[in-house]
Amino acid sequence: MSKKRIVHYINNFYGGIGGEEKADIPPQKHDGKVGPGMALEKELGDAATIVGTIICGDSYFNENLEKASAEVQAMIESFKPDLVVVGPGFNAGRYGMACGTVAKIVDENLGLPVVGGLYEENPGLEIFKRHAYFVPTGNSAPSMRTAIPAMAALAKKLLAGETVTEGYFEKGLRVNYFAEQRGSKRAVDMLLKKIGGQEFETEYPMPAFDRVAPMPAIKDIKKARIALVSSGGPVPKGNPDHIESSSASKYGKYSLVDIVDFDETNGETAHGGYDPVYANIDLDRVLPVDVLKEMVKAGEIGSLHDYWYSTVGNGTAVASSKKFAAAIAEDLLADKVDGVILTST
Amino acid sequence: MPVVHMCTIVPISMTVGANRIVPTVAIPYPLGNPNLTPADEKELRRKLVRKGLEALTTEIHGQTVFKD
Repeated sequence: MSKKRIVHYINNFYGGIGGEEKADIPPQKHDGKVGPGMALEKELGDAATIVGTIICGDSYFNENLEKASAEVQAMIESFKPDLVVVGPGFNAGRYGMACGTVAKIVDENLGLPVVGGLYEENPGLEIFKRHAYFVPTGNSAPSMRTAIPAMAALAKKLLAGETVTEGYFEKGLRVNYFAEQRGSKRAVDMLLKKIGGQEFETEYPMPAFDRVAPMPAIKDIKKARIALVSSGGPVPKGNPDHIESSSASKYGKYSLVDIVDFDETNGETAHGGYDPVYANIDLDRVLPVDVLKEMVKAGEIGSLHDYWYSTVGNGTAVASSKKFAAAIAEDLLADKVDGVILTST
Repeated sequence: MPVVHMCTIVPISMTVGANRIVPTVAIPYPLGNPNLTPADEKELRRKLVRKGLEALTTEIHGQTVFKD
């Protein structure tokens, strides 16, 4: 039996092409395996070969979604693969989105199976899980050691034409089967158990939507007090609270009273998930204080809340973010803030 | 108290449940553009912030992306 062909999609970092400063590189293709592809091919054994690797910067991909998708699709097609592997992207937000988008185009446009690896809180998983077999991974690169064998095992089964039902995040697809009891009987049994206070297991769990109703609009912006909050890590020069560059354990509250305009001397970003050069030169690019101060003077808005709130939304747990948000919201309500500008990078 | 989420990757903003969304310039500089002159960059930022204020003063009934 001839070896099956796999194409591997990875970002510039795993492709060995720089770090954040190179996250804006467009897609490029290489013959054979690169980076994590080495370990992957070893695990695949005789089942498959990585015939090509596509490398793209995460910022480029996300800022040029349509163009990048088309370019990557053409490169994947040129290798005539049987299966595509993406990542693993762990808890990297932009990388997860890129892996997910690649999975979607391969699934929808090429009709090939896709195997990937993501952490459960990666936003790319929620959006794209139906397009790939995403193996659950840890939240960062050290879990590569367990992610790669799990991804290889799934890929081998899929290439052998086997039906796989576990070892990946549920894709949300329905599979037909014959049940012993008909639906009405199962429903009544479940209801009786529920009434009787017994344990029962639903056959159709409801998704956990975390939604809030939109708040009413501000009536008179000229009288409104506006506050600034950011997950892009904008902090005073020197990062006085030592907010972590990823997986932040806290947020900071900083006075805006003496700041009219950010420059290299009074602000920087603590965020480790994007190229900090531009924010460190002029933090207004993340937290638009200069124009808001002018708008207060010109009477375009009523006032600006005296503090800004900042954390680093880079691999930060949802539970931590909720805790920060609740504390920040209480502060804002106490100062009668009318509206919030929340910036993210 | 309405919130406007100003960010570059709109699909993430939709997924996490933001209601008022204003798309921005780029991941490392959502509210700026180092390729412009300082004056033009500030004008761009002013326009984006005004778009944000427009979002805060607009009644909505579900997730809404405020484009140009």
